[in-house]
Amino acid sequence: MKPFAPEEKAAQPPSLFPDFRSSVTRAPASAPLKIPQTLTETTGPAGNGIWERLMGGNATDLTKQYKGEPLGERIIVSGRVLDENTRPVPNTMVELVQANPSGRYAHNYDQHDAPLDPNFTGVGRCITDAEGRYRFITLKPAAYPWANGPNTWRPAHIHFSIAGPAFATRLVTQMYFPGDPLFPLDAIACAVPEWARDRIVCRFDLETTMPYWALSYLFDFVLRGRDATPMEN
Amino acid sequence: MAGQTPWQTTGPFFHFGFCWKGGADLTGDSALGSRPDLTAPGHDVLAEPGTTNRRLVKGERIEIVGQMFDNTGAPFTDALIEIWQANAAGRYACPEDNRAEIPLDENFIGFGRAATDKQGAYRFRTIRPGRVPGPGNTLQAPHIAFGLVGPGILKRLLTRIYFADAPENDEDPILALVPAARRSSLIATREPGAADIYRFDIRLGGPQETVLFDI
Ligand SMILES: [Fe+3]
Repeated sequence: MKPFAPEEKAAQPPSLFPDFRSSVTRAPASAPLKIPQTLTETTGPAGNGIWERLMGGNATDLTKQYKGEPLGERIIVSGRVLDENTRPVPNTMVELVQANPSGRYAHNYDQHDAPLDPNFTGVGRCITDAEGRYRFITLKPAAYPWANGPNTWRPAHIHFSIAGPAFATRLVTQMYFPGDPLFPLDAIACAVPEWARDRIVCRFDLETTMPYWALSYLFDFVLRGRDATPMEN
Repeated sequence: MAGQTPWQTTGPFFHFGFCWKGGADLTGDSALGSRPDLTAPGHDVLAEPGTTNRRLVKGERIEIVGQMFDNTGAPFTDALIEIWQANAAGRYACPEDNRAEIPLDENFIGFGRAATDKQGAYRFRTIRPGRVPGPGNTLQAPHIAFGLVGPGILKRLLTRIYFADAPENDEDPILALVPAARRSSLIATREPGAADIYRFDIRLGGPQETVLFDI
């Protein structure tokens, strides 16, 4: 059994990033304690069929969850879940949560003065195939205001949750769109060091854009890979 | 080599997507874990549970209840807590755990999710896990891995819970790495008058701060 390679800490946001105001009271006061990875950390809900048993099946077309057609710019978001050695991660769950094309979440706490669409919720699930591929059809989310400052707006983004092969490889992140003028102003995106920030921006792709139907954006998730040296047990 | 994707916060609006029906009930068929109270009316599209027959799970039924607090001691009202544990026999439902001599439980996966409420409270229904190996030739005490995310948390926080009435805690190789004065922050205690309910509060600061792990 091999442990997972160390986290690439330099590319990760710090726990405490004062520009992101809610991190001030929600970052832990003390640093975490380093422990060796045991079977608890090197395992996770993984394997053929496990996610279907746990949560139910795929929901990859967010424009077909209701009888009517939702309003907004249809897009395709696809890519692969890989480890850092570019090996595919098959049979893992990719979950998606997003605002609608008016910038509103189907969530009761969302107070933004923008309409909900009865034909769009903004949730999806896709279990990766043997090559680690996932693919969603959705609508492009809009920017929305948030109370981080007097006039602060989140750039358009999609929240993703990726399980990966083990508890150690779990990833929750946000994917942004290229060329967004709000991106360099965003306190959450800017918690990632500038040199690594393009890793959370998707790429427009004409090749997979479907003529007369939908623009395509590509985004790969890269998880921790296996360490080269076996664990001591 | 490709660079690892950086973490980002969940934000406050994840409940209608990341909380699934039964996600916090690993041993029954209740809807515990979903948050219809936070989902805009008519938008509960991912309500269908999986096909695991959770009522047939083997093992000692327990509940884990607790409250989560931020570093000022205020309730953490919108955290998402994930758990991962072995089955009652001490086997993980993962191909990586290939110890065929220990049985899998076809009805138990061992992964769950619960969101905290306005009091910072959460609740899981699960079973007491068996022991699993640790580094070298050690055996770990029964424990459950906890992952914590939520608004204001940029990158997942990790901890573990152990059980106050487990004599195996004294020989646990991971607890042994924790300074003695802080070990109690990882130990769930039985609720008075309820034999099957354990309390595990999570504090991100203060004198009782929960020990977090870097793996
Ligand atoms: Fe958001």
